[in-house]
Amino acid sequence: MSELDRAVVTLPAPLGVSADAGAARPALLCEGLRHRFGDNVAVDGVDLRVEQGEVFGLLGPNGAGKTTTIRAINTLLPVQEGYVEVLGYDVRRSPMAVRRRLGYVPQQLSIEAALTGRENVTWFARLFDMPRAERKERVAAALEAMGLGEVADRIAGTYSGGMIRRLELAQALVNRPQLLVLDEPTVGLDPVARDGVWERVAEMRAATGMTVLLTTHYMEEADLLCDRVALMHLGHIQALGTPDELKADLGPGATLDDVFRHYTGDSLHGGGESKRGIRETRSTRRTAGRVG
Amino acid sequence: MASTLAAPDPGIWRQFPSRVATFCLVELQKLRHDRTEIVTRAVQPVLWLVIFGETFNRLHAIPTGNVPYLSFLAPGIIAQSGMFVAIFYGIQIIWERDAGVLTKLLVTPTPRSALILGKAFAAGIRSMTQVVVVLVLSAILGVSLSGNPLRILGAFAVVMMGAAFFACLSMTIAGVVLRRDRLMGIGQMITMPLFFASSALYPVSIMPGWLQALSRINPLSYEVDALRGLLLHSQAHLLRDFGVLALAVVLGVTAASSLVGRLAR
Repeated sequence: MSELDRAVVTLPAPLGVSADAGAARPALLCEGLRHRFGDNVAVDGVDLRVEQGEVFGLLGPNGAGKTTTIRAINTLLPVQEGYVEVLGYDVRRSPMAVRRRLGYVPQQLSIEAALTGRENVTWFARLFDMPRAERKERVAAALEAMGLGEVADRIAGTYSGGMIRRLELAQALVNRPQLLVLDEPTVGLDPVARDGVWERVAEMRAATGMTVLLTTHYMEEADLLCDRVALMHLGHIQALGTPDELKADLGPGATLDDVFRHYTGDSLHGGGESKRGIRETRSTRRTAGRVG
Repeated sequence: MASTLAAPDPGIWRQFPSRVATFCLVELQKLRHDRTEIVTRAVQPVLWLVIFGETFNRLHAIPTGNVPYLSFLAPGIIAQSGMFVAIFYGIQIIWERDAGVLTKLLVTPTPRSALILGKAFAAGIRSMTQVVVVLVLSAILGVSLSGNPLRILGAFAVVMMGAAFFACLSMTIAGVVLRRDRLMGIGQMITMPLFFASSALYPVSIMPGWLQALSRINPLSYEVDALRGLLLHSQAHLLRDFGVLALAVVLGVTAASSLVGRLAR
């Protein structure tokens, strides 16, 4: 399917979006996004356009600039240079409007371990100003959709890694975001837990037509889930297209793993690893090991 | 779950009280699930009142007018133990940053100042437990504190504001040092000077001049003054005390919310 065909298929899909300011706009637009940490240029001129209803994967080795890109999109970092627009809202000018329509699950497994699963989700429902009349029902529905209905009233500190990730998805989804941003959602999870996470994301996407922007290291997952992927390396986007297009470019029989190696091969010799990327991924793995 | 849009923006004036209520509620839920802190935190005020207080009560070494020393001390200990809870509250925000929860909070439609104000009053909720402990203990020790429910309510409000300020101070330091162990060290370093340079243990009038000057810029002194006025019916400048505490909270929220972004980087 060509990009044009997909745009025609997916654009009218999200329900209720038409009433919003960003109806005719892409879900995400980045133009010349550049971000520096001191002397280190983490993101070096990224252009991206993600249509509404797409599942878009940002792939690349540690330190490629994926997390920094995502943090500029979700308003955690200021946009230093370039232009970022989410659902028709300029991130720099209307960060609150962006936050209200966005669901975010960071790399690190992060919940309030002293609260129950239900309390964790209710907390976020309140932070999104969900009216009291709907809150209880929607929190229960989000927990149910993530397969946590039966354990909802257990202290979240007793959850496994996969359950925590699904609880975080419930927190991110309870307000029905139009854009769901997932940063390495399956790092540190066992294969069964990983499948569990992806199945829930796919179900929610089918039910709501929301746009999903994700980063991952697992190429087979990206191949299966993403409508389009971008390969990022050293702060640049090296390749962009559907997984099939990228594989076909490399010749018959190529896998997305081969595509990854082709565009980022030198990172194996330490070329693109920034200290920041390593630290963040390590701490994720550590958390995953501790709680899972 | 597909049919309706995300919840609408309620406007900033409803958002602030709503966020404060949310963070206070979460704090209460945490306290309900883990009550150990309520017990461990009660040890210090008990020691101050039972050992220090009883001893000095007999010595009559500190001039407290016609009020017994134990009664004079009780409001001071309420303020002090509330401050001890709040001054280490920044550790929680660093913990939340390390655990990744803070980044998620910062991506919700919550202004940073509302987040800080919410956390500050959540620290106040924790300090409330200290007021209850000291009030109960005072009743057992036969200290004559006011039983007027309005005055006790006022005392809760004063401790809430004091704790909110010290929590903001703690979160401001957290935003500067960014690490739990450093914040622990600084917290340890400043709690005792704040305590001793206040009117919690002795009246300002018997302090040397330089300590009196320090006491005048110490919000804890105003908190203690208000608590004595409310609980002992002693001469106090309630309006001034509330004013100073409110101003301190505003300044604290401003400082801490301008630095909280550093924790998210």
